[in-house]
Amino acid sequence: MSVSQGEISPSTTTPEDRAGSGGGAGAPTSVPAERPRRGRNGRWQRRAEVAVLAGPALVVFLTFVIVPVVMAAYYGFFKWKGFGPPTDFVGFDNYLIIFRDAEFMAALGHNAFIVVLSLVVQGPVAVAVALLLNRRIRGRSVIRVLVFVPYVVSEVIVGTGFSLMLATNGAVNDLLGKLGLSFFATDWLSDPDVAIWTLLFIISWKYIGFAVILFLAGLQGVPDELSEASAIDGASYWQTQRFITLPLLGPTLRIWAFLSIIGSLQLFDLVYIIWGQYVASTAGTSTMATYMVANGRNAGNYGFGNAVAVVLFLISLAVALVYQRFVLRRDTEGALTEGKK
Amino acid sequence: MASATAVPTPARVAEAAAPKAPRSSGLGKGGPLTYVVAYLFVGVCLAPIVYIVFGGFRTNAQITEDPSGLPSPWQVSNYVEVLTGSLFWRQLGNSVVAGLLTTLGVVVLGLMASYVLARYSFLGRGAMYSLFAAGLMFPMTVAITPLYIMIRSLGLMNSVGGLVLPQIAFALPTTIIILVPFLRAIPRELEEAASIDGASRLGFFFRMVVPLSLPGVVTVGILAFVASWNSYMLPLFILNDETSYTLPLGVQAFASQYSVDTARVLAFTSLSMIPALVFFSLFERRIVGGLTGAVKG
Repeated sequence: MSVSQGEISPSTTTPEDRAGSGGGAGAPTSVPAERPRRGRNGRWQRRAEVAVLAGPALVVFLTFVIVPVVMAAYYGFFKWKGFGPPTDFVGFDNYLIIFRDAEFMAALGHNAFIVVLSLVVQGPVAVAVALLLNRRIRGRSVIRVLVFVPYVVSEVIVGTGFSLMLATNGAVNDLLGKLGLSFFATDWLSDPDVAIWTLLFIISWKYIGFAVILFLAGLQGVPDELSEASAIDGASYWQTQRFITLPLLGPTLRIWAFLSIIGSLQLFDLVYIIWGQYVASTAGTSTMATYMVANGRNAGNYGFGNAVAVVLFLISLAVALVYQRFVLRRDTEGALTEGKK
Repeated sequence: MASATAVPTPARVAEAAAPKAPRSSGLGKGGPLTYVVAYLFVGVCLAPIVYIVFGGFRTNAQITEDPSGLPSPWQVSNYVEVLTGSLFWRQLGNSVVAGLLTTLGVVVLGLMASYVLARYSFLGRGAMYSLFAAGLMFPMTVAITPLYIMIRSLGLMNSVGGLVLPQIAFALPTTIIILVPFLRAIPRELEEAASIDGASRLGFFFRMVVPLSLPGVVTVGILAFVASWNSYMLPLFILNDETSYTLPLGVQAFASQYSVDTARVLAFTSLSMIPALVFFSLFERRIVGGLTGAVKG
């Protein structure tokens, strides 16, 4: 019963961009056949249908996504404890406090660290694993499922498990001792020099499966004929991967990097679960989001918390726009020009 | 955020929508080294999970004495205790209810809105699509504080509604971005044929569109369910009563409450990941298709 591939592929190239470029009215009408048959009545009926079908989603979306985001921007200008309407307008004071707070700057630094090193660590490993799993090896489908397991398990479980394993008298240090590597044993979670690397490892462990699966899907889009042709031309396996497969994987890599960057900037769950709200800053793993929660809601300073949210959003937005402008542009170019014709 | 949406290489989208069976190719067979690396990687992925599951089968004395050892002898008492207590089941129930309601809401609202966006032409359609797509740029982190205040003033604290409504709202952008191409792909001829046979547009929606878009619907449903199942930040703000906790909060509360009883914490933790793992292994292909669809579709 599924829609076959042949039917999907031709239509997916244009329609979304058509809608996305705001040219809904200018684009060919969806149902030319029906227009003339129905009169004025039909037009109203169609409008009613649009309202009934799209209305509920629109209402829920506006109420619980757009309104809170707008309210965050509004509350951010107030000193406000979260009860009654905010009255104590302080202008940009909250923002000044944020940018003068060394703790926020440290959190921002941790975010930047995670953004960069997540890309550097996860990218190459995930590409390597994806190339590997794209070969014909026994148990490939089972391995694919297993690789994805960490991504499916919830952050709380990951956090709880790792906090126990990495405790000073936990399994990891014990295992190192058994292997005669006890000089490696350290205070993984609370030593400020080590903790952020621990965090990086846990994040990589948790999210690398996602990257692998994405890349595998991207690899399936690389036509076999190309690697066959290059094999005929005498290219080795590695040459084929380097000069044929990797470049064709480019769009997938760039999208993954985008998602990874945004995710790293928004990082909250794992840090908050493992380090808690107070320890995170002393262990050197606090992020902008944990700073927001600790100094906003938990401290009862709702206005301030919202200002942090706005800063977090603006930073993410700026990064996203820059990334889109300079990195993703070549991917979207084709799609956009197609939409215009 | 057009970036995540506007890169549709047709082949890839088709791939994502309907994953192909493995095919023979010139990709080469793996040598022994390939196997070593693959198994090593899988080992690293699974070790912490195995630690959690095995830890539940040990006693605290065993864990203190030999933190990285295997259970000897195997103890089931931790698991039995958790399973016979009411807390685990209650929180499991909360998670299931929240997950199902979120899924239902996302699928129903998302399908209706996507249908309009895909097959009606009206003024403001492009704007509506852009609005939903822009939702991808607003993660819950940014909206959480006002959201909490809103839920509180609506009197929805500690209620399923307070949890489910925002989750539906935040899942809508992905859902719509995945579903719109699916619905567009339904051939125009079908619609014409249906209208000649006397079906109204709504009749066409229920009789043809819903069944034909089932693969996409299943994908977004699973994504919504898994997201709800693992959701942490929203419950953390909305739920503050242990009986209304979902499993992630439950695990955390349990872990701090019984912090000296490590074995029991591990048992509780491993039990709470079983549903997600079972669910995932059942629908792995769909989830993977959905993820790639979300990124490239």
